[in-house]
Amino acid sequence: MKKIINDPATVVADALRGMALAHADLLDVQYDPAVVVRADAPVPRKVAVVSGGGSGHEPLHGGFVGRGMLDAACPGAVFTSPTPDQVQAALARTDGGAGAVLIVKNYTGDVLNFETGAELAAVDGVDVRTVVVDDDVAVRDSLFTAGRRGVGGTVLVEKVVGAAAERGVGLDGCEALARKVIGQVRSMGLALSPCTVPHAGQPSFALGDDEMELGVGIHGEPGRRRVPLAPADSLVPALLDPILADLPFAEGDRVLLFTNGMGGTPLMELYLAHGIAERLLAERGITVERRLVGPYVTSLEMQGMSLTLLKLDDELVELWDAPVRTAALRWGV
Amino acid sequence: MGCTAERVAEALRAVARVVAEHRDELVRLDREIGDGDHGENLNRGFAAVVSKLDAEVPATPGAVLKLAATTLISTVGGAAGPLYGTGFLRAAAAVGDAGELDAAAVAGALRAALEGVVARGKAVVGDKTMVDALTPAVGAASAAVAGGDVAGVLDAAAEAAERGAESTVPLVARKGRASYLGERAVGHLDPGARSTSLLLRALAGSAR
Repeated sequence: MKKIINDPATVVADALRGMALAHADLLDVQYDPAVVVRADAPVPRKVAVVSGGGSGHEPLHGGFVGRGMLDAACPGAVFTSPTPDQVQAALARTDGGAGAVLIVKNYTGDVLNFETGAELAAVDGVDVRTVVVDDDVAVRDSLFTAGRRGVGGTVLVEKVVGAAAERGVGLDGCEALARKVIGQVRSMGLALSPCTVPHAGQPSFALGDDEMELGVGIHGEPGRRRVPLAPADSLVPALLDPILADLPFAEGDRVLLFTNGMGGTPLMELYLAHGIAERLLAERGITVERRLVGPYVTSLEMQGMSLTLLKLDDELVELWDAPVRTAALRWGV
Repeated sequence: MGCTAERVAEALRAVARVVAEHRDELVRLDREIGDGDHGENLNRGFAAVVSKLDAEVPATPGAVLKLAATTLISTVGGAAGPLYGTGFLRAAAAVGDAGELDAAAVAGALRAALEGVVARGKAVVGDKTMVDALTPAVGAASAAVAGGDVAGVLDAAAEAAERGAESTVPLVARKGRASYLGERAVGHLDPGARSTSLLLRALAGSAR
């Protein structure tokens, strides 16, 4: 394992200290329990938008804390959900009296810990609504699984709901909007190489030089199947087709296309893939109206990418375009 | 022989030692079908339990179990934190403020723990989870109460849990991250079932 770290046990806290210094104008970081909070929190009478999850997916979620997006993020240990006291602390620090929307990715550990944290906050008198993002089409959703995973779509949910909360939309409205975005966002990813969790010291799975894992989750956990590596012209439809088949998206739809890097894939390859995806969507009569390209939901140093498609309408376009000022996303301010 | 707060604290220290010894094994099992953090998370949690017990052992067995519960919930993370935490919390509630636990109380605490785990995780036997180890353990513990002592009850529970954990090998997972693997989870021992059987074996060893 080659990493720029000292002790695997202190990786997250050490990273948070640097993040606090790098973005002191935006963020206030507390360490016990660990919470990344918007510097001007709590904002009176604004619905608090709070999320979190395992660390190792940076900039998700701490990188999205700030004006127009999240009020707080709870960073767990690497690839491990945060604990209920972190969630409770985040809600306590951001409660402006208008309640809170808790955005949770559908992983069993996250759901259980956030559920417990929300219960604790409710005892404190905070009105908490929890929404669970489950956009990953690679996973079959049935009574026999824990349901679809929450992956790249989470960023879009956080942006849209954050924008609505910033303009004063109430708790019911924010919750309904979150459910609407979750209902029309879909993702799928692939991995070309594994990543190494610092405290594990060795790669989390093995892939041959000529193999890739199709339908991978944001920890490299498998989804659909392992297949031979292929040129980008074949890779991109292997991600896009299952997404398009799922909602289903239809000719004439307007969409946001999010081409995400898993951490170890250069922007050059992401732009290349993005270009192919736009062409394929145009061929199907689907209009890409908004784009996001870059490593926003990563898996440490894993090579790979995911595509996320969100069906747009005028309301969502306006909220996507609304000003945002965070460490990782900034426009309009 | 009754089981005092001091004995329960000793048992938890034994659990922490066993979890530390098996940390890498649990990481490996979890890496095969999950995300590889189970051993690390449990080790972090039980080490925190021990450091709190080193500072002060609460007065009753129930209070010791509650301390373990809240510590696990606030340090473990993942699915294991809320599941083990809830299990210990329900066990604490079941034993109340008794000063010593007899065999029946220990079996009752195990049953309450199982009910808590099932309520939180909503898994049933056959889903390839810790419930596959804990359920037969509770049955065996109850059967061993008559004429047995605390050590006998925990021995029976540990033995049944080991068989229950082994029974997860051929199963398709239906809960947690392993469920995403579908058929590919077959042939792997469930790490949660394994840690449950390790935990019960440590408790049994400490009671002897």
